[in-house]
Amino acid sequence: MNLDFSQIVPSIPFILEGIGATLKFVSVSIIFGLVLGTGLALLKISNKKWMKWPADIYTSIFRGTPLILQLMIIHFAIPQLFYYDIPVFLSAVLAFGLNSAAYVSEIIRAGILAVDKGQVEAAEALGVSYRPMMINIILPQATKNILPAMMNEFITLTKESALVSTIGYMDLMRRAEIVGAQIYRNFEPLLFAGIIYWVMIFILTNIGSWVERRLRQSD
Amino acid sequence: MIKTIELSKTFGENTVLKDITTTINQGEVVAVIGPSGSGKSTFLRCLNLLENPSKGYIWINEKEISNPKINKLDIRKNIGMVFQHFHLFPHMTVLENVMYAPIKVKNTKKDLAEKIGKELLAKVGLTDKIDAYPSRLSGGQKQRVAIARALAMDPEIMLFDEPTSALDPEMVKEVLDVMKDLAQTGMTMVVVTHEMNFAREVADRIIFMDDGKIMEEGNPKEFFSNPNTKRAADFLSKVL
Ligand SMILES: Nc1ncnc2c1ncn2[C@@H]1O[C@H](COP(=O)(O)OP(=O)(O)OP(=O)(O)O)[C@@H](O)[C@H]1O
Ligand SMILES: [Mg+2]
Repeated sequence: MNLDFSQIVPSIPFILEGIGATLKFVSVSIIFGLVLGTGLALLKISNKKWMKWPADIYTSIFRGTPLILQLMIIHFAIPQLFYYDIPVFLSAVLAFGLNSAAYVSEIIRAGILAVDKGQVEAAEALGVSYRPMMINIILPQATKNILPAMMNEFITLTKESALVSTIGYMDLMRRAEIVGAQIYRNFEPLLFAGIIYWVMIFILTNIGSWVERRLRQSD
Repeated sequence: MIKTIELSKTFGENTVLKDITTTINQGEVVAVIGPSGSGKSTFLRCLNLLENPSKGYIWINEKEISNPKINKLDIRKNIGMVFQHFHLFPHMTVLENVMYAPIKVKNTKKDLAEKIGKELLAKVGLTDKIDAYPSRLSGGQKQRVAIARALAMDPEIMLFDEPTSALDPEMVKEVLDVMKDLAQTGMTMVVVTHEMNFAREVADRIIFMDDGKIMEEGNPKEFFSNPNTKRAADFLSKVL
């Protein structure tokens, strides 16, 4: 078998730098998605149709088309319209943030709707208005439904983040590819990158199970 | 005082309350009884606007609350409600449950809300549970907390929707006893119940509903010993 890991040793620091690049854009995307997704979720649970349908259409579009297509449109197609060269980091964050917001909004919406209707009625019967009811009564309970699904969303996003290599963002994946091209060997750098992804996901998954255990304890 | 005039409620095609006209005086305890699906809960829930009336009028004291422009939250501050399934806030302790609404809705100072909360919890016999979470309580204890929570708003009227129906038989009495005490303080109470003994002993008046209508109302002694309508007689023969 033709395997020779010694050849990638000089490139290891170069590949490792990709961890920071990946984490940086993943975390910014997560925060962006979280903020926008929360806003969309609040629109979705409103009982006013004109607030609901824009959020529903948004979700349908971003969940109903491939993420890589969204990425390409943001990075290559929109600049063509506006003659604006968009930095890869911005494209990456926009595509992943906007896409994640659609999923996050569904997670939050479902989490809120899963809270017993009786809680709303009890609050209403006491004369509690919408905002404090949401903040003090519904959201703390919804969090228990939301957190596990949210951890999954973060894990998926981290894994899918490798897609940004296609627009030239110097993440872990892209760096592994570059090293592969330099040394004319693809297996070793890709395997190396794969292990790093696996470790990152492994850590996230464990944080997720820990959160879930904590939530169950407090029941 | 609660007064309804031709109060009706329709869900889609289904009219579940039909021209309910009745008056409940200050300090009166009214038991609402009737078969399942007769509209008892819907009637009760119209009184604090958890359901919007489809037709007719409701007055609470001198205020017409069936007016769509009314501020519902303002009305509800003055009307406590106790549910069959308690609906305590599970992430708050017993005392926090009781203190929450006065602080958030009436801007009561925290110290005062705590003092009132502790007094009310003492009244319902739960002083030793104030720091417990609802999940640690029995059904009867939960319902007593729910009553204290409603009373903490110092309401003029209390609505009860089958407050003992979800309880194990041995816990029914402790809740009914609290309600009896409350009735003696002169609280205006509307109680939907299947507890015929409670209705007979504590209520000043029985409202018997069937098919969305008040079929019969009157004082408990007469109603139970000598109902005027066949529907009521049939119902009583089944439940007594
Ligand atoms: N939100 C709703 N939407 C549609 N129909 C409803 C709704 N709430 C109640 N109903 C219907 O109205 C009718 C009366 O219901 P209601 O709950 O008032 O009866 P009830 O006398 O309280 O019965 P129970 O003793 O079983 O509690 C029922 O047929 C019920 O299915
Ligand atoms: Mg009912």
